[in-house]
Amino acid sequence: MLEQILPYLLAGVSVGGQYALIAIGYTMVYGILRLINFAHGDIFTVSGFVMVYAAATMPLTLSIPLTIVLTVALAVLVEKVAYRPLRTAPRMSVMISAIGMSYLLQNSMWYLTGGLPKQYPVLPWISDSVNVAGSSTSRVTVVTPFLVVVLVAGLVLLIKRTKIGMAMRAASRDFETAQLMGIKINNVISFTFVVGSFLAAVGSMLYFSNYATVTPTIGAMPGLKAFVAAVFGGIGSIPGAVIGGFIIGICESLIKGAGLTTFSDAFTFALLIVILAVKPTGLFGENLTEKV
Amino acid sequence: MIKKKDYKKTWIALLIAAAILILVVVLDNLPSKVVPSMLLTVLQKGAIYALVAVSMNLLNGFTGLFSLGQAGFMLLGAYTYAVLTVPVARQASVYQRYPGGGLGFSVTESLGNSMGQLGLFLGVVLCLILAGCVAGLFAWFIGLPVLKLKSDYLAIATLGFAEIIRSVVQYEGLGPVTNGSNLLYGFTGFSDFHMGELKLTTMMPFLFAGASILIVVLLINSTYGRAFKAIRDDEVAAEAMGINLARHKRMSFVISSFFAGISGAMLAMFQASVQATAFKAAMTYEILLIVVIGGIGSVTGSVLGSFLFVGCSEWWLRFLDNETILKNFSAKVQFCALLAALIAVVVGFGLLRLKRSGRKIIFRSGKRIAVDWGPVLALALAALALGWDVWFLLSSNLKLPLLRSGFRMVVFSVVIMIVVLFFRKGIMGDQELWDLRRKRRSAKAKAGAGK
Repeated sequence: MLEQILPYLLAGVSVGGQYALIAIGYTMVYGILRLINFAHGDIFTVSGFVMVYAAATMPLTLSIPLTIVLTVALAVLVEKVAYRPLRTAPRMSVMISAIGMSYLLQNSMWYLTGGLPKQYPVLPWISDSVNVAGSSTSRVTVVTPFLVVVLVAGLVLLIKRTKIGMAMRAASRDFETAQLMGIKINNVISFTFVVGSFLAAVGSMLYFSNYATVTPTIGAMPGLKAFVAAVFGGIGSIPGAVIGGFIIGICESLIKGAGLTTFSDAFTFALLIVILAVKPTGLFGENLTEKV
Repeated sequence: MIKKKDYKKTWIALLIAAAILILVVVLDNLPSKVVPSMLLTVLQKGAIYALVAVSMNLLNGFTGLFSLGQAGFMLLGAYTYAVLTVPVARQASVYQRYPGGGLGFSVTESLGNSMGQLGLFLGVVLCLILAGCVAGLFAWFIGLPVLKLKSDYLAIATLGFAEIIRSVVQYEGLGPVTNGSNLLYGFTGFSDFHMGELKLTTMMPFLFAGASILIVVLLINSTYGRAFKAIRDDEVAAEAMGINLARHKRMSFVISSFFAGISGAMLAMFQASVQATAFKAAMTYEILLIVVIGGIGSVTGSVLGSFLFVGCSEWWLRFLDNETILKNFSAKVQFCALLAALIAVVVGFGLLRLKRSGRKIIFRSGKRIAVDWGPVLALALAALALGWDVWFLLSSNLKLPLLRSGFRMVVFSVVIMIVVLFFRKGIMGDQELWDLRRKRRSAKAKAGAGK
């Protein structure tokens, strides 16, 4: 029994870790701006494409940092162009702007790549296959959860122990008061996007090492699921997003294993609706903001 | 009490509607040399999108419920319609993978056989209403848990429901009815309508969409509509005035989904086939962008926005997708001059807006100099673009750069972003076409009184 489940469990942990990395970007941005950053999933995809093209022309030691830098630059640019001008606008306008940005990114990717699926480069070491308790899988599956834990620990330290982390906490607690206290809110928001997109870039490397092809719209689904993970864990809470990501990844993989692939997406959204109806603040969410 | 003046208005509105329908029929029947077939496509698809945009506007613009489930309800409508109307003779080939699949009857076929064109029309109307009812019924159930949520949580939950509907429809177990993830085709479409030799292909979507939009407009102007607007403007105040929030929200949600279902069914008729994979979240986003372009809270805005959107994406921007090689040097000079003029106009408008909004970015270096970076950046970009223009003019290359498959959508989405960022009110704001006339008249009256 366990031997049958194990491969799915492993795959679930792996994909869950990747969702977790994307979900952190959502949860941090939502925590501060109260905005569902619909473009986040597309930034994740852009990161995949950048890696495809970078790896074709330069060695991996260069292409990996380049991918991360370009992804971060794009996320900061998106924030500057699409969200900053609307800072005082109603929340709906910012959300529409995010949807428009997602549309723009998808169409641009389609144009630039010709719309054909691209083969993701094979990353050495993490793409090797290994044996875990009798079932063979690629090393990325095993590495992902550990990498996620390390990155999240670093992020939590950053938020709890550094000055910019304190500014981020202040901004997410009360935007206007934080400004009055002399926090440069625009810098804090840019930094949030930097962290979120950095994690999305790492997540995209792990994700596409598993899935091998990149298409312009591939990021939409993992993006939405990662958002569900963020809501599930309690929006604004980083450990919550991580645990939410893992739970969704594992459940989804087990459902696929049971032969109900059609329902794996449906399950994620059903979970969202259940959690919103039962405990709208999520598992670890604070009870501060009114959401329902 | 209905005033005499209102009768007059109704007559004018009816006359205009009749004139539009006759015009559309005439356009449909002119030889294809005179009327490009693209125009007819745009008119048909535009009418269908107009209905779904209006239905979304009813929810987002008039009731203030930010829902992103429109594609799911369209899918329900499209499938309901298609399943009900696939002709019996073709069910075996449509449901190839599910032997014995299909309903074994077809509403439009049986009515069409017994009563001819009138029967066909009645059958289609019946099936459209059923399609709307199925979507509305689902909306009622979905609304139970979802409508308690607010703003972006509501948006994401409805988006989730649309995705759930999409994946459940593709479920193998439902195959004998929905044909799983395969196409449904062969059902009654708009092109089946004719009156003798007279084609009514384009008139039908106008008729159905027009009638539905009329109902929505009447609803918006009724007491229910005023209650919706009150909820949009201030929920607490609306409740204090005795409006039952839950009931009115549910009503708006169900009615909006009903019309989304009808428009989904019409989209199926237009495309002559349906497949669940087409009804993705991207479709909802497109409809939302139409609503934004037209103006949130304006029915005529949504209608205009939809024709504009469909026209641009299907027709007017098509040339951007084709690789073009200019014929000779003089054509190139013309192209470059046009481009330079375009750049000048865009930058000019940009500078005007920057100045008017007075949004100065003050940059303090050690010397405490205030620099206005906006115009500087705009001018630098303009200089770059013009430089490239001149370079292209001087080079021997005659092939237009950038133009290839997909460029249309990039340009299109950039335009949409500009609308979203700088013209947040859209074409109409929250005004209607008839409001504009009234405003002008009242302005005139005021000017007259001033004298």
